[in-house]
Amino acid sequence: MRNTFVSGNAYGTDLSRPLAQWATKVAPTAVFAILSMAFVANAQAETLFVTLEKDNALAVVDPIAGKLIKTVGIGQRPRGIVISPDNKFLYVATSDDNTIQIIDAETLKVVGQLPSGDDPETFAINAAGDRLYVSNEDDSLVTVIDIADKKVVKQIKVGVEPEGITASPDNRWVVSASETTNMVHWIDPKTNTIVENTLVDPRPRSLGFTADSQQLWVTSEMAGTLMVLDVNTKQIIKTIPFDVQGVTRDKIQPVGVVIDKDSKRGYVALGPANRVAVINAQTFEVESYLLVGQRVWNLAFSPDQKRLYTTNGTSNDISIIDLDSQKVTKSVGVGNYPWGVAVKP
Amino acid sequence: MRLLHYWRAMWGIIWRELWRFVTQRERFISALVRPLVWLFVFAAGFRAALGLAITPPYETYILYEVYITPGLIGMIQLFNGMQSSLSMVYDREMGSMRILMVCPLPRWFLLLSKLLAGTGVSILQVYVFLAIAWFYDIQAPWQGYLWVLPALLLSGLMLGALGLLLSSFIKQLENFAGVMNFVIFPMFFMSTALYPLWKMKESSTLLYHLAHYNPFSQAVELIRFALYGQFNSQAFIYTFVAFIVFMTAAIIGYNPSKGMMTRKGGA
Repeated sequence: MRNTFVSGNAYGTDLSRPLAQWATKVAPTAVFAILSMAFVANAQAETLFVTLEKDNALAVVDPIAGKLIKTVGIGQRPRGIVISPDNKFLYVATSDDNTIQIIDAETLKVVGQLPSGDDPETFAINAAGDRLYVSNEDDSLVTVIDIADKKVVKQIKVGVEPEGITASPDNRWVVSASETTNMVHWIDPKTNTIVENTLVDPRPRSLGFTADSQQLWVTSEMAGTLMVLDVNTKQIIKTIPFDVQGVTRDKIQPVGVVIDKDSKRGYVALGPANRVAVINAQTFEVESYLLVGQRVWNLAFSPDQKRLYTTNGTSNDISIIDLDSQKVTKSVGVGNYPWGVAVKP
Repeated sequence: MRLLHYWRAMWGIIWRELWRFVTQRERFISALVRPLVWLFVFAAGFRAALGLAITPPYETYILYEVYITPGLIGMIQLFNGMQSSLSMVYDREMGSMRILMVCPLPRWFLLLSKLLAGTGVSILQVYVFLAIAWFYDIQAPWQGYLWVLPALLLSGLMLGALGLLLSSFIKQLENFAGVMNFVIFPMFFMSTALYPLWKMKESSTLLYHLAHYNPFSQAVELIRFALYGQFNSQAFIYTFVAFIVFMTAAIIGYNPSKGMMTRKGGA
């Protein structure tokens, strides 16, 4: 029922000989060339790993073909996911197992575990790739883990219900946001102590540094805002409200936030508003709202930052956004409650 | 020489229709305003109310206005088809139909030329509508704007043939209101122009079947798929067969010895 257009050609008899020659000599070479190009292109294409909270599994997606490749069973209630800087291992917070699983990014086998503390959900890896910082929501703690030793280095007492956490690219800061205290806590990774706190809008949810580590972007789920903090002064320099035409205010719940490497644009997932907000990172104006699946949660760039991937919790799919055209090109069903996404080049 | 004769007649009919369309600025504007009101007012109102699941040819979530755009294209062609039939009745009342019909060329050819003329006008309207929609951020892939042309030609011919068939039944201009009530509205509302089939199935199976077998639905789906560079063969066959059936019936209807003209006392 669904086909693409096929164009047909009619050739005269005088054309048949050169055509036959072409078919026997040129065509196989051309086909081989095209196939090998396709193979190279395929080899270069990235792979997405999506945690499926309700399926206790990891979905593997080819985002170029827009296809789910396979689903692999892992620990219980997997949520947060990051990939090691060398792209060899995936770290997945399996919340109901109270651990972080180490998964080989090639074989997708669980090769180890990290002591995360209770109910790990969100965590961050530092730029060097040797430490993980885990939010323990129920215990109001941030657990620092040494990956090589698989040991807890320290547990840092933070505000009530810590959720979002991130490490700055220059390795100078680890910032944790506590949802109930409405604060972001600036942790010095050298001493693993809180150096400063900044009061922010209610229920801060997710955090992201700019590539130059000069700004920290924080989303507030309850106020429906994005705050931009200056890293040097640790003060809010801009608060950006969101307003989606035809969507009530209570549905606008900003969560995941990412900023591109040139600090041209930032992207904020707006939860049940089913939109990703596109923000000009220079003027802090909201440029547009892109329609994606339901309850959009977390975001990740492709390695070349030409695409953005979103996990859509309640519509059980991911959306692929082409960043050159700023258009959502495809949504791909992955499984129940996709939560986090990591990209392997 | 004979071919040239055919060509001159066809061109004359098409030119007359285009000329009439261009000079009647009100008609051009009203043909555009109707779908635009639906797009800007109706679709905007339903934007939040209707969550659309992903159905082919779409590959991701779309806003309601994106969904109804092919339906509104169908609406343009449906109204245009009916407008052409109205002009046939008018021509008959004014007597210009008589001049056309005494032309020494086959009747089917004259009717087909008339049909092509009307379809040409509707395609012009559709592309202007699509251009406005583009600025309203309803953008299909660029290839879609090429693929949609043959789809528009077939759907325009089918809806025009339906108009021709109806015009063979209508004796006076006043009866046109009946066409509005009994043909245009049911055809438009009982179709996939405004709501997807699966949505209709939720409320009524009967409505679902009526919409599914409505040739207007199939024309809209043909346009919808073509606009996204895809070919819906089922919609194509259905629309094509509907065109042949309507056209044949219209040709019979316009035959003075067999059709409706005898009962009505000729043109």
